[in-house]
Amino acid sequence: MIRITALLIALFAPFSVSAIEVFACEPEWGSLVEELAGPTAKVTVATTAFQDPHGLQARPSLIAAVRHADFLVCTGADLEVGWLPLLLRRAGNPKIQVGNPGHFLAADFVRRIEIPKRIDRSQGDVHPQGNPHIHLDPRNVRRVADALGVRLAEVDPTNSAYYQSQLDNFQSRWADATLQWEERALALNGMRLASHHRSFSYLAAWLDLDIVATLEPKPGIPASGAQLAALLEQLTPAPPAGVIRTPYENRKPSLWLAERLTIPEIVLPFTIGGTDAAVDLFTLFEEIIRMLEEHNR
Amino acid sequence: MGGPAAPAVQLDSPISPYFQYCLNATDTNIVPESLERVVSHVKILKTIVVLLPVVMSASAANAQDLAEEITELRRVLAEVRQDYESRINDLEERLTRAERMAQGARRDADEAFEIAEQTAIDQSAGTSAANTFNPAIGAVLVARLADLDNGWEDIPGFLPSGETGPGSSGFSLGESEINFNAIVDSNFFGNLTLAVESEDGETEIGLEEAWIQTTGLPYGATVTAGRFFSESGYLNKFHRHADDFVDRPLPYQAFFGGQYIADGLQGRWVVPAPLLVELGVEFNWGGGYPATANEDTSPGAVTLFTNIGGDIGMSNSWQFGVSWLSVDVKERESGVPGDSFSGDSDLGIVDFVWKWAPGGNPTLTNLKVQAEYFHRSEDGVFGGLDYNDDQMGWYLQGVWQFAQRWRGGYRHDVVDVDNGSLPMGTILEDPGRSSKRDSLMLDWSPSEFSRLRVQYARDQVLPETDTQWFLQYIMSIGAHGAHEF
Repeated sequence: MIRITALLIALFAPFSVSAIEVFACEPEWGSLVEELAGPTAKVTVATTAFQDPHGLQARPSLIAAVRHADFLVCTGADLEVGWLPLLLRRAGNPKIQVGNPGHFLAADFVRRIEIPKRIDRSQGDVHPQGNPHIHLDPRNVRRVADALGVRLAEVDPTNSAYYQSQLDNFQSRWADATLQWEERALALNGMRLASHHRSFSYLAAWLDLDIVATLEPKPGIPASGAQLAALLEQLTPAPPAGVIRTPYENRKPSLWLAERLTIPEIVLPFTIGGTDAAVDLFTLFEEIIRMLEEHNR
Repeated sequence: MGGPAAPAVQLDSPISPYFQYCLNATDTNIVPESLERVVSHVKILKTIVVLLPVVMSASAANAQDLAEEITELRRVLAEVRQDYESRINDLEERLTRAERMAQGARRDADEAFEIAEQTAIDQSAGTSAANTFNPAIGAVLVARLADLDNGWEDIPGFLPSGETGPGSSGFSLGESEINFNAIVDSNFFGNLTLAVESEDGETEIGLEEAWIQTTGLPYGATVTAGRFFSESGYLNKFHRHADDFVDRPLPYQAFFGGQYIADGLQGRWVVPAPLLVELGVEFNWGGGYPATANEDTSPGAVTLFTNIGGDIGMSNSWQFGVSWLSVDVKERESGVPGDSFSGDSDLGIVDFVWKWAPGGNPTLTNLKVQAEYFHRSEDGVFGGLDYNDDQMGWYLQGVWQFAQRWRGGYRHDVVDVDNGSLPMGTILEDPGRSSKRDSLMLDWSPSEFSRLRVQYARDQVLPETDTQWFLQYIMSIGAHGAHEF
């Protein structure tokens, strides 16, 4: 059925629609747009799974891409604070400016966790709006997809019926997949893990994982040798099942700790493209759960 | 996704533990209604099994028939059993699903409760309306400790341009900066930067930047108005505290007095192309060096600039720029009474920046190489004499972030004059040699907001080599800074 729809769309797309150009800050949102908009959107993704979305620079190629965009999808919650405002100001494109329908921030549609009670930078690079790594909870993806579907229809009204049907289709597949993951993850409840950065807080909250330690003493501040040594001592009596990190984070602290505790260092894909198998949102979660299952003791 | 194939049912297979549990269940309260039905059916099944031998003995006359009948009965039995097993499986599945749904519902309820609570908290927090619209505010605190052999104030062969020279030995505050910026409305963005400086015991507040910028223009166009850092050259648009070295390269000191700040208008257009291709023009009515104050309707200085840039693979990005600054100079003072310059000053700059970061992720390690070449022709009158001469300068620098918080860099900068047309003895006298320096720096950034730097320079601006050491701190508080390319 899906294949027939896709075929029909592919056949009629050249006649009925001109693709809207979408600029996505992170691969997860690029992929979600592709799920909802299919061939009606041409998606440019600013970052890969191997780039820290917080540390990017406003590169010339990104300015050129934002210049063309009809629609911009980013995480928000200050994740891209260092480069997105610059891109917006340099690109001369009113469609995707703050406050216009073409400016979509995913974090606006979910409940953020780890909102600091106290905001000063003695706490590290904290975000007053809470932890911005929101996409590793499928319930958040569900909420963002709902909002994104509505917004796409607003930006590109000629295809609104198509976006609605794509959204319904996605949500039903997503709900099924989520149920399955949740069922499998019952066995992961309380799995103890150490994490490099607070990149997996939403995943942990969803699956009831127990993040017993974060290697960075404070968000964005690399651990010193002494801090790592203290952490090693603290974890030695009851080592966690593994040390998790994203593909873009410094591997040395995780490796050091993992080797000394004789536990695995687990590089979770974090977003699409993080491993070869994580090609879309479904396979991303599939991979993460599979890898956690593999290392669960 | 199809589930595992149902196991073939065999009569002599042991009854599953769950099936047995259902057969023996006495506490009917825990058996669902449909399960009860299953149990009563199973009782009938039991009766059939008990009656089977009786049936067998009654029809012993026809062994063949009997055998057939037994086979038939077995088949029916197997069918019935299969039916029940599948129904029980079905029920089990429904039960787990119900449990899961109950769990999900409970979690959703918890979440709804939390959201409601959060909303309540948010609404009760008494932020005043005026406070909500505060712009982003940031301040930068800079200071340095220097040890110089002698230092210098003017570059031989150039007119004094404002801020030149390495300053003096000892501790000095740099420019402390306060910045405000915010979206004005859906069409404009505004930015204000004040520089607070202490000089000779007096505190000065300078208006460093005060500009507004359009955000609502289509087709890649942006207009900026007010006081802004010119797009002439690559480094000029950056604040000093974002520099990789303690001081600006010699060409910037010689040709711009450190920084060329324009009062006027800037228009830029991003050409629709897969690469960044940007064209721009600036009109300056202000007196920021090298321009001189102008009270005419037409601007005293005009800049044309273009930037082209893109990526090569995942790890490399580059930008190439050309700019042309044309100034109508009116009595630029030299510090010597009577010796001032009036005429045309045309400055061309070519700049190139190349950045490398493995996988395009600059957070851990990266390398930046930048170079700029300046050439200026001046034609006019200096101190009552005809003056038509050229000056040039360039620098090349590389900065390598070799560990997450550590960077090291090297810079070579040169300026040179060809002022042959003037007689000896004036301030613009050709020194017959180029002024140059070599600098090495190392900096450590405990976080994104603080940086400590040490810099060594072998300075040959004057004929005598000057050895210079600097220690510097740069700290930013308030709003998060921008990661400009």
